[in-house]
Parts: sequence; C-alpha cells; structure tokens
Amino acid sequence: MNEENLNQDMSSEKKYWKSAEQLKENSPIVDALEQNEFVEHIPTDEFLGDKENLESSKTSRRDFLKYVGFSTAAASLAACEGPVIKSIPYVVQPERLVPGVSDYYATTIADGFDFGSLLVKTREGRPIKIESNKEATSMTAGKPRVHASVLSLYDINRLQNPMIDGKQSTWSAFNKEVKEKLDKTDKKIVLLTQTFASPSTDRLIQEFSEKFENVEHVVYDSVSETAVLDAFEQKYGIRALPNYDLSNAESIVGIGADFLGDWLGGGFDGAYSKSRVPQDGKMSKHFQFEANMTLSGANSDERFATKPSEQKHVLVEIYNQIVGRAASTNLSEKHQAAVKKAVKSLKKGGKNAVVLCGIDDVNAQLMALAINEALGSELTNLSNPRMIRQGDANKVSSLIKDMNSGHVGALLMCGVNPAYTLPNSDDFTTGLEKVNTVVDFALTMDETAKLSTYVGALPHYLESWGDVRLTYQDYSLVQPTIKPIFNTRNFQECLLDWTGNSKSYYDYIKSNFVESNEGVSWNATLHDGFYQSSDKFDTSDIDTSVAVSASKLLQSKAEGLELTLYTKSGLGDGQQANNPWLQEFPDPITRTSWDNYLTVSRSDADELGLTNDNVANGALNGSYANVTVGKTTLQNVPVYIQPGQAKGSVGLALGYGKKESIQEEMQVGVNAYPLYNNFNKVQEVKIEKASGTHEFACIQLHNTMMGRKDIIKETTLEIFNTKDKDYWNQTPQVSLDHQETPVDTPEVDLWNEFDRSIGHHFNLSIDLNACTGCGACVIACHSENNVPVVGKSEIRKSRDMHWLRIDRYYSSNETLAGDYDKKDNIKGLSSALSEFGELEKPSEENVEVVFQPVMCQHCNHAPCETVCPVAASAHGRQGQNHMTYNRCVGTRYCANNCPYKVRRFNWFRYNQNDEFDYHMNNDLGRMVLNPDVTVRARGVMEKCSMCIQMTQLTILEAKREGRPIKDGEFQTACSNACDNGAMVFGDINDKESVIAEKKEDDRTYYLLEYLGVKPNVFYHTKIRNTNEA
Amino acid sequence: MKKVLFRPSKLKIFLLLFSLLTLPQFYAQDNEPEVEDGPKTIEAVPDADPVKGKELFNSLCAACHKPYRKAVGPALHGITERRDLDWIQKWTINSRELIDSGDSQAVAIYEEYNRQAMPAFPQLSNEDVNDIVAYVEQPKPEPSGGKKDDSEDREIAGGGGVSTDVILGILAFVFLMLLVILFLVNKTLRRFAEANNVELYKKKEKSKPIWVAFAENQFLVLVSVVVVLLMVAYGGYGYLMQVGVDQGYEPIQPIHYSHKIHAGENEIECKYCHSSARKSKHSGIPSLNVCMNCHKQINEVAEETGNDEYSKEFYDNEIQKLYEATGWDPDTQSYTGETKPVKWVRIHNLPDYAYFNHAQHVTVGQIECQTCHGPVEEMEILYQYSPLTMGWCINCHRETEVKMADNPYYEKIHEELSKKYGVDKLTAAEMGGLECGKCHY
Repeated sequence: MNEENLNQDMSSEKKYWKSAEQLKENSPIVDALEQNEFVEHIPTDEFLGDKENLESSKTSRRDFLKYVGFSTAAASLAACEGPVIKSIPYVVQPERLVPGVSDYYATTIADGFDFGSLLVKTREGRPIKIESNKEATSMTAGKPRVHASVLSLYDINRLQNPMIDGKQSTWSAFNKEVKEKLDKTDKKIVLLTQTFASPSTDRLIQEFSEKFENVEHVVYDSVSETAVLDAFEQKYGIRALPNYDLSNAESIVGIGADFLGDWLGGGFDGAYSKSRVPQDGKMSKHFQFEANMTLSGANSDERFATKPSEQKHVLVEIYNQIVGRAASTNLSEKHQAAVKKAVKSLKKGGKNAVVLCGIDDVNAQLMALAINEALGSELTNLSNPRMIRQGDANKVSSLIKDMNSGHVGALLMCGVNPAYTLPNSDDFTTGLEKVNTVVDFALTMDETAKLSTYVGALPHYLESWGDVRLTYQDYSLVQPTIKPIFNTRNFQECLLDWTGNSKSYYDYIKSNFVESNEGVSWNATLHDGFYQSSDKFDTSDIDTSVAVSASKLLQSKAEGLELTLYTKSGLGDGQQANNPWLQEFPDPITRTSWDNYLTVSRSDADELGLTNDNVANGALNGSYANVTVGKTTLQNVPVYIQPGQAKGSVGLALGYGKKESIQEEMQVGVNAYPLYNNFNKVQEVKIEKASGTHEFACIQLHNTMMGRKDIIKETTLEIFNTKDKDYWNQTPQVSLDHQETPVDTPEVDLWNEFDRSIGHHFNLSIDLNACTGCGACVIACHSENNVPVVGKSEIRKSRDMHWLRIDRYYSSNETLAGDYDKKDNIKGLSSALSEFGELEKPSEENVEVVFQPVMCQHCNHAPCETVCPVAASAHGRQGQNHMTYNRCVGTRYCANNCPYKVRRFNWFRYNQNDEFDYHMNNDLGRMVLNPDVTVRARGVMEKCSMCIQMTQLTILEAKREGRPIKDGEFQTACSNACDNGAMVFGDINDKESVIAEKKEDDRTYYLLEYLGVKPNVFYHTKIRNTNEA
Repeated sequence: MKKVLFRPSKLKIFLLLFSLLTLPQFYAQDNEPEVEDGPKTIEAVPDADPVKGKELFNSLCAACHKPYRKAVGPALHGITERRDLDWIQKWTINSRELIDSGDSQAVAIYEEYNRQAMPAFPQLSNEDVNDIVAYVEQPKPEPSGGKKDDSEDREIAGGGGVSTDVILGILAFVFLMLLVILFLVNKTLRRFAEANNVELYKKKEKSKPIWVAFAENQFLVLVSVVVVLLMVAYGGYGYLMQVGVDQGYEPIQPIHYSHKIHAGENEIECKYCHSSARKSKHSGIPSLNVCMNCHKQINEVAEETGNDEYSKEFYDNEIQKLYEATGWDPDTQSYTGETKPVKWVRIHNLPDYAYFNHAQHVTVGQIECQTCHGPVEEMEILYQYSPLTMGWCINCHRETEVKMADNPYYEKIHEELSKKYGVDKLTAAEMGGLECGKCHY
C-alpha cells in the first residue's frame, strides 16, 4: 500500500479496491471487468449448438416453455385413459383350486442344513408363504431361514436346464451320457451328498451300489457335527444326534452350544421357551458358558464369557463333580464359582437337568453324554434320536486324498458345494481335475457346478417329492406345491434312470412307505405331512466300556486368540445367500445386516487398536483386520466390537462371501470356510489391524436402555414370587393437579374413551420370557405383508422397512437391575452428566441381554392419528390402527409423532425399480407377493396393520360358514410364526380366550405406558431366575 | 374401447320424424317371412308331415343329431340319398339289432363312431320315422340376418311406442305450420304498413352498447369473473373426478359372449359359471371347461337366437372360437390337446389398494349380482354398470342392512349393537363398514 492510497483513505472520499490490479492505472483487465462480467469470452454459441440455426429459429425461449407446458398437459390428459387389462382364465381349471382362496400343503424342508415339517400357503398354484406345521411331532419349522426359503424358490439365478460342459442340454442327453460314463468307469464311483436323511434315497443309493460295483457314498455336512455323531455312535451304536426335549427343564447348562441357534440342527427353542415361563412360581434355570455372544447366551439367566479352551476345563470340572474325577482342571476363580453354582443347580434339577455341549471333540461329547446319564436326565430323548446329520468329516478328507491320487473314476455330487464350503477347497479343486467324470446336482451354477462337466439342475424342495426321516421315529414327506418352474429333475429320479428303474420317484417313495409301514394310510400321511412310528430306538445295549479321555481333551493348550466359527440365524451355512430377505434380516445379536464380521471383545479391540464408531448420520463404521489361521489369511475382515465376547476369543460367521451365481448386491462378507480346518469350529488365530474402515448396515445404534424401566420391565423370580405386583410392575404415575395419579385413571386422559366392548377387539401379547429373539416372526411378517428389501446403503441411512423389529438391549452394568438402580440414584447435574454417559455404553464382558419385538402398538389413543392432515391414519373399532396408503400424501408427521418409531416411509419405489434390484424387480421374484396386501408406492407411510387381511379373512370365513369364531382362529403372521408361544393374538372381547387371560396377568405392562396412549399390544415382564439352586 | 351406453335421444327423434314419412311402408312390412314359405314336400317320403317330424326330432334326436352338421352322431340331412328308407326305419327303431344282423352299412357306421350304438326307439312307428326324415330333409334355410337394409332395421328397433310418436310427430308438424303461417302473416302486414307509410318503429336514442356498459361496471365484471372461475373450477373438478371412472366401459371381447342369451334367455344362474363368487374374493371368469359342459352338445345356436344385429352365423362362428380355444374337434368329438387360452378384456377394475371380496357380498350379504353389475341378463355385450367409485361403495354400506338372521356369527354382536343404537336392523356402516382399513390394506 503506498502513501497516496493512505492519504485517500483518510479523506472523506474513500476508495475501496477489489484487487491489487485495480491500483494500476489503465489496467486492461479492470476495464474489461467493468464492461463485462467475465474477462474471457464464454462460448455460449458453441455450447448451444449451431449459431446460425439458433438465430434463424422462430422459437423463442418463452415459446419453448409454452410448448413444454402444453405437451406436458396434453400428455397427462391423454394418460388419464385407463389401460386395457387382460384376464386369462384356465382352459381347464384344476378341480379343487378356487382363484383367490389359499390352499395349504404339508411338506418338509431337508436341504442338508435345515430340516423341519412345515405348511406351505399357495395361491393360484404358487407358494407364497411358509408356516409351521404345528401338528407335527418334531421339528416344527421356526427358523427365519425356513420361512424365507419360499423366496429362494423364485431365485432368478437358479439353474434352468441340465448342463453339459457349460452348455444347456436335455435330460435325455444328460442321463444317457452320464450312464455311459458310469458304465465305462473301472475306477471307484463316489457319491458325495448332503445329509438326505431319506429312507427312499438310502435305498436307491443301495440299489445304485449294487448295479455299479465299487461305489462309495460319502455324506458331507458343510457345517459338521462329526464329533457329536461319533460320540453318540460309540456309546449307543447308531449314527445319530441326541435329541433333547427341554419343556420340563429345571436346570440347563450350555457349554459352547448355541442350542437356540443352529446347534444339532436347531429347533430346541419351542420347548425351551415353555420351561422359561414362570408357572406356579417355577421356571428353568439356565447357565451358559460360551465365547461368542449367542442367542442361547443372551437368553440365559447367568452367562459366563468363557474362551473355548476354558470351556473344556468347565466341562471336565462339571464331569469331575457329577460323574467322578477324570482330570485336574485349571480354572479361574470366577469360573470355579460359576461351575459350583451350575453343578448345584444340575444336581438339584436331577432328571430335569441337562448339559448341552457344543465342543467339537469326541471326548467332550462323550463326557456330556456321561454327565446327562449320571444325572438321570430325562430331557435327553434317547428313544428318538435325530437323524438329520449323517456327515463324516474323516471320509470327506480321505475322499480328497483319493481324488488327488487318481483313484476316483466318477464323482456324483448332490446338494453340496465343496468348492466353496471345504476348508481345503484348493485340494478339492485340483483333485477334481483327476476325476474322469464329474457330475453335480445343484440349484444354481455355484462354485462346484462351475467345475463340473455334468450339472443337473435340481428342483427346489417346494417343487419335489421326497421323504425324510427327521428322527428315529418321525417320518416326514416332501410334496410339490408348484409345478417345476424350470426344466429340473431330482437326483433321485436320475438314480432311478441310471439303475434302469422305470418307476417314478413318487411311486418309489410310496411303495417304500407302504412296505415299511403296514396299515398306515399313505394319503393321511401326505395330508398331515408326517407320521410317527411307535418303533422306538432301543437303548438297552449301551456300550458302557467307551473310554473317556479327559486328559486328551485338555491336552491342547491355546495360546493367543481363539476363533469360534458360527452360523448366523440369517444365512446359516450360506445355501440361501442369494435371498434378499435373509441378507437384510438383522442378526438378532448384533442387529447388523448384509455382512459377516469378526466379533471382538472390547479389551482385545483396544489392545489391537480396532475401533467401532458412529459417523455423523449415526451409521456404524468399523476397522478391518487380517485374520490368520495357520497358513490361511483372510484379508480385510470387518471388526464388530461385541459386548459379552469372552476376552481372548473372537467369532466369525460362516456362509458369507459366496460369489458364484449370486447377484452382485448380495456378494457380501468374507468367506470363513477356509478357516474351518479339520471341521473344527474353534481355531487359533492371529489378528492384526488392516487399513481402512468398513461401513456396516446396523439398524440399532443405541444399545442400552439407560435404566429406563418403561421399555423393558424385568425382575427376578424371587421378587416375582414374593412381592406384590405393584412392587415390580407398578402402573406409571403421572401428575394430575400435583397429585401422583396412575396413568390409567380416566381423569388423566386427554382423549375421550370409546366403547370397544362390542364385536372383536384385537390384542397382541408378547411374553419377554418366551421370546428368544430368533426372528422367525420378522421374516414371516416380510412374506405376509410384501415388505420391500431396500439394500445395504439404505439400511445404513436407517431407512429399513421392517414392520416388525426385535430390539436387543444390553445392560450397561453387569445386570439390568444394576442399571435401574444406577439411574434411580442419579442426583444433581454433574452426576447426571457422567452417569448417563456411562449408562449409554454396554457392559463389556458380563452383560445381560433382553430382546423385545416391537411393531405398531395400535394405540387406542394413537398420537399418529391426530396429526395426520389427510386422515390417512385412522382407528378401527376392532382395535387396529388403519393405514390407508391411497390417502397418504407422505407428510411423515405421523412418524414424527409416533413414540415407538414403528412407522416406515417409502423413500423410493421399491418394486420394478432397477435401483433396488431384488425380488420385486423381476417377474419370478414377484410371484412371492401376497395378493391380498397392497404393494406400497413411493412417498407413502406404511406400518404393521396387525395383519388385518388375516383377521378380516377369519371373520369372513366364520360369517360364510355361519358360526361363532373359536379362540385361536385369529392370528397374525408373527403370532402364527412364533413357535415359542411368545406372541399370542386374539380377541379380548372373548372373555374365555387366552389373550383375555393374558391381559389380566400380573406380568402385563405396556410399552412407555406413562404416555397414556393405551396400546393394543402388551408385554409380559421378563423374569430372570437368579435363585441360587 | 367403445364407450356408448345410452343411445343419444337426438337419434331417436330423427328416427321418429323419418318414420313418420315412411309410415305407410312400415305398416306394410311383414314380420314373419318363414310362414310364407311353408315346409316343402320331400320326394322320398311324400306323405310325411315335416311339422310333426320337427317336434319328434327336437324331443328325441336333437341331443345327439343336428340336421346339417355332425354332432355326437352324423348330420342327417341328405340321409335319403345315402340310405334307403327301409334301412333308416329299422336303424332308428332298433339299431342294435341291425348291427348284430351283420348289416355292412350298420357295422360300418358303428365302427366309425367308436362303437357307440344309438339307443333304440321302439316307441316310434315307421310313419314317425318318415316324418322325422321329412323334417331333416328340408333344404337348409338361407341365413335370414343381414339381408334387410339398415333403415328397416332401425324402424323395427324404434317401433316400440308408435302411437305416442305419431301424436308427437303430428304436433310437431302443426307447430311447424303455425310458425310458417305466423311468418307469412307478419310479412304481409309489414308490406301493408309500408304501402300506407305507417312508421313502425320509433328511432331509438343512441345509447351505450350493453357490453360497454357491462365492461364499465366493475362490480358486474368482478361478479362475473368470480362466477366464471367458479364454473370453470366446478367443471374442472367434475372432469377430473370422472378420470378413472369407467362406468359404461364396454370393450370388444375376443369372443362375443352374450350374457343376454345365457343369463337372460336361457336363465342360467350367474353362479353356475362364476362359481368362485361364493367363496372367493374373485367372482372368477369361468374356465373354458365350464363352457364346454354345455357347448360340447350345443355347437350352434337356434334359428330364432339369431337377430337382426347378430346373425345365427355370427353366433355359430363365436362358438367355433370357443372350440378353437379349448382344442375341441366337433368332427371327431374329441379334444386335440392344443389349447389357446382366451385373453378376455377385464371390465371391472378396482385399484390395487382397494380390497373387495365377492364372497362377503354374495354369500354373506346375499346381495344379488345385478345390484352392482346391472341387468346383465339384458346385456348383449357386457359393460360396467356401476361407477365403482368409493362414494358408490360407501353409499351402499350406509343404506344396506346386514342380513343377520339365521347366522350364528352375528347373534352376539347383533344383540349388543342393536342395544347400543336402539334399532333392530343394522346397516353395514354401523357394523364398521365405513372404516378405512376394512377395504384398504
């Protein structure tokens, strides 16, 4: 700045300058800028195209806008004409089919991992929903995977034709060529199959072995139960799994066994829940020793985070104290005390006590069997063991050796995908090249099918015939519920063809059944879906000489971190990885969808420098880690810090990271099978931090209740039995004229009360004691109500569309009771600031978990209804809060005013939209939609309707038949799917109904009752059994 | 899409005038041309009575035989050329006997028709058989439809109320004459006035034209603008409200199926074909095998079914379309197995978000199909009778009383509700039939 300028500044005529350039006199830039905004010429003409044409055009900008306006108006008026809709009736209508009326068929799922009796709801010949076969004697389907399997039927990536050398072929050519190859083979023919547990298939394979000499049948379970099978076989002489009936349990001790998950095929939860509901002041006591946080641990009364190596010591110690001294153990003080408690409880339980052990070791399994025997446990149903796992890991290993040494002439595979699921899949792949003929039967062109010369397209189980022996006594039938969609054929049908048997597989099963069950009606069995024979397994000749070597069990000492591989209740072993419902199904424990991840304890994470944090919009991010087992390393595994994870242990789910024949959106997660060495789910690992952050799709971002009893009420069995209801389940008080008044008194009510005593009044009861959080209701709700799948990135933005969610809360102290105390004792600002902060964080290792299913509470005084400007949300006399999609204009006031956050907004059109390329975007996938429920459009709010389409149908059926409605007829999709009895639905105006009784129960409370919104959904206080035995 | 429901009345008036002019011819028309011809005498059976033969044929033979077309049995026209009368009599009265006797013609025909013997008719005499033969040997009548010219057709169509039309016409004529007279009188008077120099009109003072006055009066302008805007809004609203309302929608269907013939003339119960209306949400377009229950036998319509608009040939051709769709071969009386499902155009379309259940209304509510679907039995081509708008649904729910008698489901609720409302009869609305969620989910 020069002097002149300074002088000028001081004078009254100030001159401000914009840049140094302005100070120069006659600067061309300054001149130019004064004339023109931009110094450089802006090539508008080039940008707009041909200058001459543009100038000669008579269309001005205004004219253009007029044309646009006119043509838009004209187009929209023309579009008002309705489309011509065609209706095509049957030429010959099947006799029993009535369009618009659902038919139900009883069938059985047996895909090698999931087994169960179920009912299939079909409409106009297409299956649209899976329900439990409640009448069946064993394994009524309750798992989310089974409910979702109907969508896998409509997977567009399924194989549509048999393939030879990667080219489409016909079945006649396929069978002819394979048979020729089999005839010519002079080396060994090996059948490598899933567990069929099918008597007819076993017989067929027997016949096949007789026709072609030198046949070996190897059964391969991708997630192996070999140790349990071996132990049971050694002791009882039958290759089967023990069967447990926990309904009368008094004491349950689980050691590394997630029996509410997929342990031994799962399905123990229904009976377990029965024992968990306090009756006459009694309920079961459940101890769980485990490393990963599992459903079983989350539901236990006392959970002890225990590393896999310590679990062995716990088992041996229990054995020592109950059966007799076997080996000396080395346990921490805490665990010693825990074992002491557990043993006391077991001894007290006696015949109603059981030890469930999930350690992959024959000795451990033998010890567990011995403990139960010593207890005299009647919960082990020895006369009816489970037949649903037959795999032999040793045989699989030796098969791969044989293949590599060139001893195998032909390999016929069915229902397995070893190229993906084998830990040593590379050995398998190289071995496969040395096998002359490779035949694979698969649903999709998966990793193994890609490597096979002959690929048989398998039908989905909903399209096939079959029989399954679920347990020793329980026989179950598979029947088709739809005509095969593609040109597919069962493995068994081909076996019949190859062995020169002209019978159809249906006839084969039927004659087989009639032969082995004389006097039993085939039609009745087919109708019911199952048959229980009275022929019990004879347990009289138990081999008592089986030696148990506890010292061998304790031999291996783990150093460093121990990995426990597990299967998620969503994807399981990964067969249904292309199922968008299951991908978006949030894991009950981590509440994270679309991923698998390494679960790490907080203290290990801190040591390794692994972090989890929430970004600005709340979404969860996590570090990556490299996981090394032996020589195998998995790169960039996302890390999830899991409360309750035993220190020194990590967990990782199998079934993810599948790539072949899977839509790009669903190729998520990492494949953990390469770490599954020797089919042992426990491995020693090295973990190091990798660079980068992973974006999780986690739908619950706040993990504790911060001591608020209004959400989940919990008390102990002792208090429940001894104290008054008001002590542990007090109705909330609100201030009326400075008087504390119970919220249910009419005077405090803002709203007028309506008379709801006439007609039906629906209520839903949810028992927090019976709910294990399995999530079957969530998938059932999806399938009943056409809930869209939104994809990972939308989930991250909290735009999930689930009408029903299962909230999972951790305690921030060691127990929830501790949280309540802490909150009640907060005094003053400083204490509030620090202690609420502490309450936000879940406790690290010792943590209590509760599950709470939350859907629309159908408030009688609904806050959402009063704020809707267009009355799209209105109340029905039957207690349901109606949501009228065609009225809704999408203001979202209702969602803002809902205290339970159960309303979901359609941010996009989720059907027929390439941005959401899931089942609703293709013709095949849309076949699963329920025709009685609207597929919602973009821009409208939606929420749980309390399955009004189901209640209305029940009413209509009764009116049509002219009869009153019986209790139990009213159901919702969730209550119908809940095999645990946690959800009960019904009409409270029917005074004799179960629901009316439940509403009057002492344990009944309402979610956030102090708001006074009077929900029609109520909960039953969770009771924890903390009694010392 | 053809969207004509009610014929415009202008046409009717025009026709009326037109008919006035052609009245004499019109009355000269004869409605029954057939009587004129009378049955012809057949050479082979000169004494037989074809009228009696027709009666016998329709009662005994028509189930399996057609005179001019093959049905279950062969076509009978021209039989006298193929067989001698004696054979025909024997065969008709007891065909079995003839076959067993080894008659070569009889055995041949027995084999041709898949060894299905014709039932014996011992009640017939030889004369009766002759009568039947005389009937079937009548020459095939020329198709009657389509020959007459259009104007005649219309006259017949409009000829229902001739007498009033005539009166109206005469009145119109009188008025017209009066007008002409008035005009002529006026003209004459004016000429007189001109001749006598009588000034007829006083010259008016020049005043403002009315529109200028109107434009200057701001209040009037404002009021009229408001009125115009309101009218435009009303009209616009009315227009928009009928968007998507397809009342009167009468699409052309792939097969001309006449409800008038089936439900009207033949009185077939609606739910015989639309059986799922009883228990399903859909009334269901009947599958083609339901049609074939009757149409296996009925391969042509009766002579009198053909009318002036649609001839017998036209209807017969439509039945052929059904055969083509189901793959039925009328010659061999068997299915070929080749089917072509019919793509009907759906007439009653509810939006996806509205749930309607036929069973609820038909079985539980015991509502006649015609309440919503209109006089289907009179519709040659089916059209949408009701607007199917929400207002229309709601109105009915408000007015219709629920049929609760003899339905144990309603016992308790009826008692309680009638106590509450103090009435004995309850409408659907009082039962909760106006709640949004009952139809929208």
